[in-house]
Amino acid sequence: MSTITLASKRRRSALRTLAFMSPWLIGFAVFFAYPLISTVYFSFMHYDGFKPPTWVGTKNWTYVFKNYPYFWPAMRNTLWLVVVMVSLRVVFGLGVGLLITKIKTATGVFRTLFYLPYLAPPVAATMAFAFLLNPGTGPVNSILEKVGIPAPGWFNDPTWSKPALTLLALWGIGDLMVIFMAALLDVPQEQYEAAELDGASAWQRFRYVTLPNISPIVMFAVVTGVIQTMQYYTQPLIAGKVASGVIQGAGTQFEPGYPEKSTLTLPQLVYNLGFQRFDYGSACVVALVLFALSMVFTAFLMRRRGGLNLAGD
Amino acid sequence: MAQVLDKPVELRAPVTPAERVARRKALMEWIAVHSLGVAAALFFTLPFVFVFLTSLMSDSQALSRDLIPHTWEWGNYKKVFDTPGFLTWWKNTLIYAGLGTVLTVVSSIPVAYALAKFRFRGRNLSLMLVISMMMLPPQVVIIPMYLFWAKQLDLSGTLWPLIIPMAFGDAFSIFLLRQFLMTIPNEYLDAAKVDGCGEFKTLLRVVLPMAKPGIAAVALFQFFYAWNDYFGPQIYASENPGAWTLSYGLESFKGAHHTDWNLTMAATVLVMAPVILVFFFAQKAFVEGVTLTGVKG
Repeated sequence: MSTITLASKRRRSALRTLAFMSPWLIGFAVFFAYPLISTVYFSFMHYDGFKPPTWVGTKNWTYVFKNYPYFWPAMRNTLWLVVVMVSLRVVFGLGVGLLITKIKTATGVFRTLFYLPYLAPPVAATMAFAFLLNPGTGPVNSILEKVGIPAPGWFNDPTWSKPALTLLALWGIGDLMVIFMAALLDVPQEQYEAAELDGASAWQRFRYVTLPNISPIVMFAVVTGVIQTMQYYTQPLIAGKVASGVIQGAGTQFEPGYPEKSTLTLPQLVYNLGFQRFDYGSACVVALVLFALSMVFTAFLMRRRGGLNLAGD
Repeated sequence: MAQVLDKPVELRAPVTPAERVARRKALMEWIAVHSLGVAAALFFTLPFVFVFLTSLMSDSQALSRDLIPHTWEWGNYKKVFDTPGFLTWWKNTLIYAGLGTVLTVVSSIPVAYALAKFRFRGRNLSLMLVISMMMLPPQVVIIPMYLFWAKQLDLSGTLWPLIIPMAFGDAFSIFLLRQFLMTIPNEYLDAAKVDGCGEFKTLLRVVLPMAKPGIAAVALFQFFYAWNDYFGPQIYASENPGAWTLSYGLESFKGAHHTDWNLTMAATVLVMAPVILVFFFAQKAFVEGVTLTGVKG
């Protein structure tokens, strides 16, 4: 008797779980698992969207890695962005987080002002920066020249386009600031008092008290920053388009990565191959490279956890 | 006379030289921190100010190096609204963001609840899959997805390929809500069950009212995600300007008015403004969302 009720109870609870999970289960199957398998399938096919797909083996793979002139520049740019942009963002975000915890006057005003740029829609923010950093008429170069500093070409100069994108990324630091601020306020005050009694300098207090306490959050910021860089799409695309003066419309072919492929990122290649060249097979190869890279960093994030407390129990 | 004047001073605690040094140090620190703060505030706000000032300049002045408008051309904003398509993009954005947000919230709540409060086999695996999908660039599966929506269902040129999937849970929203629901003590749920509530009723009557701040954060993030989305509309709506959203149309604005920085910046202000306005009404929910996904377990 009791075993029967136990079994039926179990079945009922399994059904209940299934019912609650069903939106996600359907979504996962239809919008992720199935298309991912198709991506692998298409990566071995030649397909232009019109004629039926034909099997070409690893031809798309060798094309992307050997002959597609945009792939390796995009990889190099990604590496640059991971090293320079991500690390600067973490350092600057931590700096702003520290600063905001020290400000004791009009705290709310400062916090809001520092946070607002993070909310600006990426297209709008990038267009704003393309205007602000316009080498000819932009206010930033006007001011720099007035002060007597040689003004760079920013988005129009291949050596300055990535630093310009970095500046834009630093402007939108709000999310990291909030995360660091929360972590900094959680550092036990007694540890600072003890360090002070021992005569530790401000730098020593930061190095031996603050940093060890917030290191999981720093790790979290680094890994999520790297993952975000794998997805970096709208800002470099818009910056390149606006700076090159390309007019949007039917039939316009935009040379990706203006100037001189310096703002290319991997996601842009998927668009270029798939939706401009109608080479869906090769686009799928880049998509899979992107998938592999993202999964490596995500796995790293979940192993180190940082702040992502997974099990929660 | 001198003694009388000295008296009030003596009433205060005598200031030792060490204290004087400490006070001076504190003052110097206060000044340093606040001047750094003002410098940072300028870095974060001046771009907004310059964009706004340029949006009020005349055509010719926007191309000059002036920073302040000679005449304040408020008519620029009217010109932006009169641009063909602008109001349609506005409407499309509201549909995409509004409908998408409602669908996401409704479909993500039960999943987040199950992941936070049910014990079942494969729960940790499910959660890991949710997080992996959250971290995934949308470009990874875009080719088959596009072929599916455009070639099989003939829905390209509309925003439906972006809205419909939101009825099936969104990884980020599920994760954020789950983090929030973890903070609700199980005792409340147990009490509801003792009172004879089923799982669904418990979720509806007990959990949802307590989860309002978490739901608000998810709704806001999802609304802004759709508002800011460029890649989605670019893939599905680009061929049909009648289906463009503000974020996608904004860039074409620059094209349609090739060198009109003043109008382009006015349009930029109009795309940024709603986001910032909403933020002022919902600051707490936002900051809570950011910290929940970033720090707390």
